[in-house]
Amino acid sequence: MNIEINKSNITLEKALEHGISSEEWEKIKAHLGRTPNFTELGIFSAMWNEHCSYKSSKIHLKRFPTKSNRVLQGPGENAGVIDIGDNIGVAFKMESHNHPSYIEPFQGAATGVGGILRDIFTMGARPIVLLDSLHFGDINHEKTKFLSSSVVSGISSYGNCIGVPTIGGETKFHSSYNGNILVNVMCAGLLSTDKIFRGNASGLGNPIIYVGAKTGRDGIHGASMASSGFEDSTSEQRPTVQVGDPFKEKLLLEACLELMSSDAIIGIQDMGAAGLTSSSVEMASRSGTGILLELDGVPCRESYMNPYEMMLSESQERMLLVAKKGKEKIVHDIFKKWDLETQIIGKVTNDKQLRILFNNQEVTNLPIDFLTEEAPVYNREMSKNNASKSSDPICKLDENDNLEESLLALLNHPNHGDKKPIWEQYDHMVQTNTIIRPGEDASVTRIKGSGKALAFTVDSNARYCKLNPYNGALYTIIESARNLSCKGAEPVALTNCLNFGNPENPEIMRQFSEAVDGMSKACIELEIPVVSGNVSLYNETHGNDIYPTPVIGMVGLIENHLLTAPQGFNNLGDKIFLISPKGEIPFPNSTPHELAWIKTGYEGGNGPISNLSSAKSVNTACREAVKNEVINSSHDLGEGGLAIALAESSLSSPSSSLGAIIRLPKNCTGRIDSILFGETCSRIIVSTDPNNVKKLNEIAEKNEVLLTEIGIVGEKFTIYSDGNSPIIDLEMEKITYTWENSLKGIF
Amino acid sequence: MGFAVIVFPGSNCDHDCFHAISKLLKKPVRYVWHADTSINKNEIVVIPGGFSYGDYLRAGAIAKTSPIMKSIKKHAKEGRPVIGICNGFQILTESDLLPGTLIRNNSLKFICKNIWIRCESTQSIFTGKLNKKELLQMPIAHGEGNFFCKESILEDLENNQQIIFKYTNSNGSIVQSSNPNGSLKNIAGISNKNGNVLGLMPHPERACEQILGGKDGLKLFSSALSYSIK
Repeated sequence: MNIEINKSNITLEKALEHGISSEEWEKIKAHLGRTPNFTELGIFSAMWNEHCSYKSSKIHLKRFPTKSNRVLQGPGENAGVIDIGDNIGVAFKMESHNHPSYIEPFQGAATGVGGILRDIFTMGARPIVLLDSLHFGDINHEKTKFLSSSVVSGISSYGNCIGVPTIGGETKFHSSYNGNILVNVMCAGLLSTDKIFRGNASGLGNPIIYVGAKTGRDGIHGASMASSGFEDSTSEQRPTVQVGDPFKEKLLLEACLELMSSDAIIGIQDMGAAGLTSSSVEMASRSGTGILLELDGVPCRESYMNPYEMMLSESQERMLLVAKKGKEKIVHDIFKKWDLETQIIGKVTNDKQLRILFNNQEVTNLPIDFLTEEAPVYNREMSKNNASKSSDPICKLDENDNLEESLLALLNHPNHGDKKPIWEQYDHMVQTNTIIRPGEDASVTRIKGSGKALAFTVDSNARYCKLNPYNGALYTIIESARNLSCKGAEPVALTNCLNFGNPENPEIMRQFSEAVDGMSKACIELEIPVVSGNVSLYNETHGNDIYPTPVIGMVGLIENHLLTAPQGFNNLGDKIFLISPKGEIPFPNSTPHELAWIKTGYEGGNGPISNLSSAKSVNTACREAVKNEVINSSHDLGEGGLAIALAESSLSSPSSSLGAIIRLPKNCTGRIDSILFGETCSRIIVSTDPNNVKKLNEIAEKNEVLLTEIGIVGEKFTIYSDGNSPIIDLEMEKITYTWENSLKGIF
Repeated sequence: MGFAVIVFPGSNCDHDCFHAISKLLKKPVRYVWHADTSINKNEIVVIPGGFSYGDYLRAGAIAKTSPIMKSIKKHAKEGRPVIGICNGFQILTESDLLPGTLIRNNSLKFICKNIWIRCESTQSIFTGKLNKKELLQMPIAHGEGNFFCKESILEDLENNQQIIFKYTNSNGSIVQSSNPNGSLKNIAGISNKNGNVLGLMPHPERACEQILGGKDGLKLFSSALSYSIK
């Protein structure tokens, strides 16, 4: 094939096939004053699709708070960067790889890891952790086992090979993802605050250098694929999924970091979604310059590739960089040491145009601003909130159900069971910094040489968001902050991945907009800025949209890495307390959403109502207790309520050998199942040495939170309501066995 | 006496070994790039874990052709200390510096967790300071750590006290349930006949400080320091 394709007649039909609407087609023709050629049409489709242009979400995303005195780089770059003092910056971001992972789960997930790693090291940061949020279909759905085990293998194969520990995450199963799984990966890296690299293409005449793997025909139109729903034969789309090579990526990482210490480069960007097109155009756009590319130099893996294919390929492990003129040899030598190719394929111009030469002919000449800033932005129609009020799930549960059976049913469900079969496949210890390993509220990694540590958590609550997007999204932010606080970490910033259905459906747009409002409100009140993120729309199959699933990745700072707390009980005889907001009943009759869903399949009613100021007090009190070494463990209450939180703290004890002897306070009234399994906001259970109770009380008083003693750490798991016969009385072996076997045969 | 940590393309525990030796053991250490050829006579060679050359072809199969391996072979032949950890162990068996081979875990999955190993022999340079039957806790992180060899080699290993570590439970018993990967006889680490070359799947460099869960790993590195060439 050759550039003859550019001579073919481009019609509206061709544009529609490329995902360009008729309205957008008219806009293109009017602005250019001509019909674009085939390569140019491909470039428009790459730049103007949802994935790259954020055209449906842009106007909403502006509502996020993005600044604080720690933010060095907010949204719009390859990753956000925050300042944690002592000249140390943390670059982090989360991204989705949902569609590719459904079509080809192993490679889809693996390349998702590869992509986010490149986003981090292009900023000049050495990646230190990976986390992932995974949503799969119903555990009994015919595809779930294949998809979930392949995704985990894919993440494992890529992350382990490159030597970045996967230290945490979440894995959930729900029928809403039967036809559209979610694979969101977060990465964080460390840099020196005076050496942040950005995707800039400045300096007239500076060379544009292509580095890394060769360009093949894989992944052409990957970004467009990620911008439409699934119809019938997704297997036909398999060629649009890229194939990852973690070894090449490891070389690229080391070479790029070595290069960045050399002072030879101006800017650098990953060739991610929409490959050479988006990397070159976005770099020029940020710098207000133009780009001239000579594609004859692009290293190709296959013969006779044409400009259209080269510009749209999403082959992995490639980077585009702009070097200082005259320093090309430095770049070349460093990459050669790492067995990587470099090739000068163009230069920076000042005409604000993207011009592409191939075979001595100009095959593209498009205005940069028109491709980026002036890309279409839609304020899509939103439905009014007319959700009919559904009955509370408590109605579906029988008050006389056996409580032990309910507890075991929850612990045996894959959403709550032991996730070791997943995270033991990930190297979570390489780099020798992981202080708190996966399986807790948050994971903690220390920063060598600084005395500091960072806590990371990823969280989502799709059910709460489905019931009420505003409250659900707000709750999720509070939960993330609470998870970090349990580790003694101060929440400092977040990234997010907003997974929603089809934005052309007004109901979905309402969900999106309300969720953004809920998150923004929580972020403003808790003073946690959004520094990076990703939007994934069109998560639908056959017109069935997924539950709205905003996933939060939050970063917390621990000034002294020795002062953190595990989730598990660790001392026989320690006293157990509940920290809860003042002015609220500590053990309310709240809704046992998860229990009702697991037992009856029913979902409805309202999620927990969150109060931001009491959330702040509870979190602060917990952090102070950790920092002052007053408590020996802390764990937040989430889905499954008090009973599940207590069970998890028992199961996380050394060898799952310690349980809890709980006596509910006398003033607990109402249904006991709703007290034990009801879901609330802003509650944390802590265990403490009896000698520290006085200090814990002082901290509670100072922060105006309620502290209720509920029991002691024992050798069994026993709960008394009133009287002398327990309502739950289980041996730890029984609980452990049930919990450990929940994912058996899946991973 | 110092340490030389070998760096292959794809090594990823090189920094961890460097950190453990320089900051925790507080001994001199340097990186040696795989394309180099020089190792000092008094150096203790550490071949770190990772995925040298992406584990393509077979784990360790390409690394064994790197220029530095010639020098390492010479070093080993002269009775000087060489330790291969995880991928380093795989490289040592591929290079015939150690017998046997490491095949895929019997679960067919990568596995990363803390395990217990028992010191079976104090004859090696790296276990001189340990007690026989001493229990150590350290992490494993590998997909291909299932030690296998033919019957006659196993007999040799046993007769010459070349089996250095075995996987056990926390009580020190060698049972099937404490074997994480299906290794023959629960073998976690072996040495050459001389005891100067050790290969093991567990990661001692990840067990050198209390905050990470324990310091048992340091004992291997410090044992090597007190060896002197006979």
